[in-house]
Amino acid sequence: MAVASTENAVRSSSVARAFVYLFLLLFALFYLLPFGIMLINSLKPLEEITGGGMVALPQNWTIEPWLSAWSTAQIGVQPTGLRPYFINSIMMAVPAVILSTVVGALNGYVLTKWRFRGDTLIFGLLLFSCFIPFQIVLIPMARVLGILQIAGTTPGLILVHFVYGIGFTTLYFRNYYAAFPTELVRAAQIDGAGFFQIFWRIMLPSSGPIIAVSFIWQFTNIWNDFLFGASFASGGSAPMTVALNNLVNSSTGVREYNVHFAGAIMAAAPTLLVYIVAGRYFVRGLMAGSVKG
Amino acid sequence: MGFLDIDNVTKSYGAVEVLHRVDISVEEGEFLVLVGPSGCGKSTLLNMIAGLEGITSGEIKIKDRVVNGVHPSKRNIAMVFQSYALYPNMTVGQNITFGLEMHGVPKPERDKAMKEVAALLQIENLLDRKPGQLSGGQRQRVAMGRALVRNPDVFLFDEPLSNLDAKLRVDMRTEIKKLHQKLGTTIVYVTHDQIEAMTLSTRIAVMYDGNVQQLGTPKEIYDSPANLFVATFMGSPAMNVLPTRLVERNGALHAILTGSDGSERALRIENAPAAYAAYRDRPVTLGIRPEAITDPEGADRNARNIQPLANVVGVTEPAGSDTFVTMTLSGKDCIARMRADADVHPGQSFDFAVNMDKAVLFDPETEERII
Repeated sequence: MAVASTENAVRSSSVARAFVYLFLLLFALFYLLPFGIMLINSLKPLEEITGGGMVALPQNWTIEPWLSAWSTAQIGVQPTGLRPYFINSIMMAVPAVILSTVVGALNGYVLTKWRFRGDTLIFGLLLFSCFIPFQIVLIPMARVLGILQIAGTTPGLILVHFVYGIGFTTLYFRNYYAAFPTELVRAAQIDGAGFFQIFWRIMLPSSGPIIAVSFIWQFTNIWNDFLFGASFASGGSAPMTVALNNLVNSSTGVREYNVHFAGAIMAAAPTLLVYIVAGRYFVRGLMAGSVKG
Repeated sequence: MGFLDIDNVTKSYGAVEVLHRVDISVEEGEFLVLVGPSGCGKSTLLNMIAGLEGITSGEIKIKDRVVNGVHPSKRNIAMVFQSYALYPNMTVGQNITFGLEMHGVPKPERDKAMKEVAALLQIENLLDRKPGQLSGGQRQRVAMGRALVRNPDVFLFDEPLSNLDAKLRVDMRTEIKKLHQKLGTTIVYVTHDQIEAMTLSTRIAVMYDGNVQQLGTPKEIYDSPANLFVATFMGSPAMNVLPTRLVERNGALHAILTGSDGSERALRIENAPAAYAAYRDRPVTLGIRPEAITDPEGADRNARNIQPLANVVGVTEPAGSDTFVTMTLSGKDCIARMRADADVHPGQSFDFAVNMDKAVLFDPETEERII
């Protein structure tokens, strides 16, 4: 009897499995469709798009729209292409991500392993910063950037994103370190390691998954941000998102949809890349953090 | 003045005092075990010696130097944690030498010290592995290696064997004892396991509820417990605790028990301490260890006062090396420890031999031993 029921279980599960894969495949296609449309349209001449062949594959394959979007398209008043703005975004996102991750890790370390009176209150306040809408801080932030004389510059944007990111990164690292054995910290103290030595030698080397989470989250948010970019960086220091908007919304000349598609893919590419490279750590890190805290 | 002095130390969290005036002096080379049920304050006391917890009042001295407020790394102590606390990102070798590195010892010396310790603990072949690849017993050795390599004044062990399976625990226990005999180091060891306490220690501090109940050699603790708590906590199976009454008959004090048939059993007490007289005709608590109640052939030949006791056998539990017999005395379960092949059968009456040399009496009100 037991054998028969096992066979049944195996058979029914393989049927169920086929259904699961079928559904997954359908959903994957469904979600990939917009990206597919963008990709094929970025590789065909403009006439094929305006001629009504949005869904068709290109008849004449061309990378001309990509070259145009990258280096010659009209952004605002200059025909510079998206390249300088792409560089702006890199220059903004990389330092902001690193700074907010390091400070978040330090905060998490202190809040879990060097507890002090009122630490939960401070953590609560930091957590609160995750829920403050962007719009509320626009005007005070503009004032602060003005006083610091970094308004309209990339360093200004780095500061904004760095400060805004601390809430989230602290949340991630605190929850991750809450599950990290305190005995290790005590052992290191007895071994004579100081505050920063414990952090660098013991905590950080064991924080791979949560660093990946913080990195992906921060990079995606900062790279995709439009509001702060449009508000605090003007002209030549605008990030990629603002430049893409300027490209697509330019009111003069012909609307070059193929160039727009190419530009949009360029703007999305880095976040996609980060997900593909570090994505499997993302889920693992989120799970680890959710166990405790 | 001892090697490690704990003088009138207390610990409070807010208004709650969790350790009350602990006074222990440990000599050089002693193996002191702090034993007690969970929540008795033994780990807190160990952490205070280590410097991981503050001292509310009193003083802790290591080699006559007051270490209150001294950073853990500057006390010249080493600690083995319950979870071993090996650094997961470092190899075994790096784990062992991390403390030396933090103390600025040059690399050649570190490597030399590491090789010596690895040879001592027989972990030379593990030095390049990560802690995650080791078994429980191997991790335990590495954790001890990390403590040994620094050649500290005092070793602190925080329940180091409680994560091991039963067999390995016994092996490692012997190993720790060997190591102590070989190196003659001063050790403070926390455990809730009274067998570990008995087997390892040169002295035991039995703790309960933030107080040291008794401090003494394993034999003192076992044979002359200061109170009912110590008597019942130490020993397995636990000491039998029976309500009794002291009466004087034929010029000698007798402890009166009620047998399973409801009739009286009188056990004569010889060489009674003077204090017993005050309890004549009053209820007292008789404490007697299972191994002091045996079959007559198995009784201790050196005992001076063996009293016969006829009673009905309740349950027999053959344990291989011994047979444990449970019977009812004065309304309580009483366990006797017989030879393995003793001829006892449930429901039958049996003539037990009670070694009254080993019997102790407690005041039922204060639960202190009467001496």
